[in-house]
Amino acid sequence: MSAANKEIGPPVIELGVMGWLRKNLFSNWYNSLLTIFGLYLLYILIPPLVNWIFLDANFVGLTRDDCTNEGACWIFIQQNIKLIFYGLYPTEELWRINFVYLILFISGLYLLIPNLKHKGWVGAFLLIIFPIICVVMLSGGLGLEAVETRLWGGLFLTLVIAGVGIVLSLPIGVMLALGRRSKLPVVSILCTIFIEIWRGVPLITVLFMASNMFPLFMPEGVNFDKLIRALIGVMFFSAAYLAEVVRGGLQAMPKGQYEASQAVGLTYWRMMALVILPQSLKMVIPAIIGSFIAIFKDTTLVLVIGLFDFLGIIQFVGTNPDWLGFSHEGYVFAAAVFWVFCYAMSWYSQRLEKKLDTGR
Amino acid sequence: MSSELMIEMKNVHKWFGELHVLNDINLEINKGEKIVICGPSGSGKSTLIRCINRLEEHQRGNIIVEGTELTNDSRSIERIRGEVGMVFQQFNLFPHLSILDNCSLAPIWVRKLPKAEAKEKAMEYLKRVQIDDQAHKYPAQLSGGQQQRAAIARALCMEPRIMLFDEPTSALDPEMIKEVLDVMVGLAQGGMTMIVVTHEMGFAKEVADSIIFMDEGQIVEAKNPKDFFDNPESERTKTFLSQIL
Repeated sequence: MSAANKEIGPPVIELGVMGWLRKNLFSNWYNSLLTIFGLYLLYILIPPLVNWIFLDANFVGLTRDDCTNEGACWIFIQQNIKLIFYGLYPTEELWRINFVYLILFISGLYLLIPNLKHKGWVGAFLLIIFPIICVVMLSGGLGLEAVETRLWGGLFLTLVIAGVGIVLSLPIGVMLALGRRSKLPVVSILCTIFIEIWRGVPLITVLFMASNMFPLFMPEGVNFDKLIRALIGVMFFSAAYLAEVVRGGLQAMPKGQYEASQAVGLTYWRMMALVILPQSLKMVIPAIIGSFIAIFKDTTLVLVIGLFDFLGIIQFVGTNPDWLGFSHEGYVFAAAVFWVFCYAMSWYSQRLEKKLDTGR
Repeated sequence: MSSELMIEMKNVHKWFGELHVLNDINLEINKGEKIVICGPSGSGKSTLIRCINRLEEHQRGNIIVEGTELTNDSRSIERIRGEVGMVFQQFNLFPHLSILDNCSLAPIWVRKLPKAEAKEKAMEYLKRVQIDDQAHKYPAQLSGGQQQRAAIARALCMEPRIMLFDEPTSALDPEMIKEVLDVMVGLAQGGMTMIVVTHEMGFAKEVADSIIFMDEGQIVEAKNPKDFFDNPESERTKTFLSQIL
């Protein structure tokens, strides 16, 4: 027999589907029991859900009377889609929002495709020129008819609040974090106070203050747009949280990185911008994106000051007498859309982490 | 050898809290001189060289580097840091940048060299420390010895007139110490003014113009290598030498 001379392979039992099943799902009696229990749960939950959402659902029609099947009545969403996506924005001006979406989509796609050139320029365009385009296109000016922000609503409003909050809060958060660690006591104390006050107050209070209290402190006749007040509130609120996240990253930096930067002659700001922040921000990407996701979902709170965001408007159209009783469809749809956006951020964060990983 | 004074320390004192880490340090280092500083741990040798480029602040006395006195004035600090290169025990390369970018970063942002020129010069120095083939890798992909040589190249890219080495081989595996020391010997032969904190006595014998022995924040003995090893005066030096040789 030459069996002894053969190369030794892995024991056969570990291989293939059976091996995997045995190892992961049925390795002992309680594991087997859990597996069977889990399968049973899926069995009782999944089919009814699939039936309700897809198989028994109603997709075609104009009114609630067309919803004859037992499942979800997606006609409710279809018929109100304009309200849900754009709020009360005038129909003939909707192209302006779509135009902004298109620019965002194209430049975002460009940044996502690997190995394209001039990404820096596209990024700069998005951060500097795009916001100006947004303001002009969305609120009017340069020959475009003005659209008051009280008409803004739906998913569009959610994206505006979350977008502005996210984009502006990161740089402010970074500056606050640097300020809190500053050697100058005045700067450090001011930043600490700012951060702790904002973090100590619930967002809902911030929004109430912005909407109801703030005007009381302003001189007669001075009137800030309510949306802008809400935006400022959301931005500082998010910035205070981000500041602490970023500070965590700064504290995790080895002292040697500061010393090496100083030894080659980098000044404080260059050291921060070129050596310390790129590393410490990279370390806290998961926490930063976590904050972004939280802010995205927290935008739903603007409902309390009378702004109709995505969720708010879905609840609102549910109270329309023509469509009473379809709140389930509304909430499931809202959940699905929120999930898509949040998961996209999560996915991007993982991608970014992998891309920036250079080892330590 | 010309005797242009590069570094002058006069009655320098420093405390960490109550601990008197530098106690009346007086030192003059001329252009092209190679000084090796040794001594037991905690003797203040690292603190001494870290005071020269202001990674630590001295509290009394004067430190004058190339005619510029170190004060709280950030311009004097910047000027001196531009002239003084430093190599650390833990390399302290920037892990998010390639080796080439590690080397060209400061020339681009501090010296304001055009990018292409800075990279070209960085490649030259990387070639000199024989890791030009690793230029596009990240620090984590290099061995300790290679990282330390990259760190030396990074310091040299600023074309400093003085190089400080803070225990450059202490964190290295034994088989990599020689490759780093070889680079340092080459640098010494090129006429660089060097202050090296190290316990590599072979290196000290070979290149040092003078060896300084420190203990408890004081310079106990400063001599040329031959006298230092053959006739140490102080008991503390003798004890130290018997422990490390």
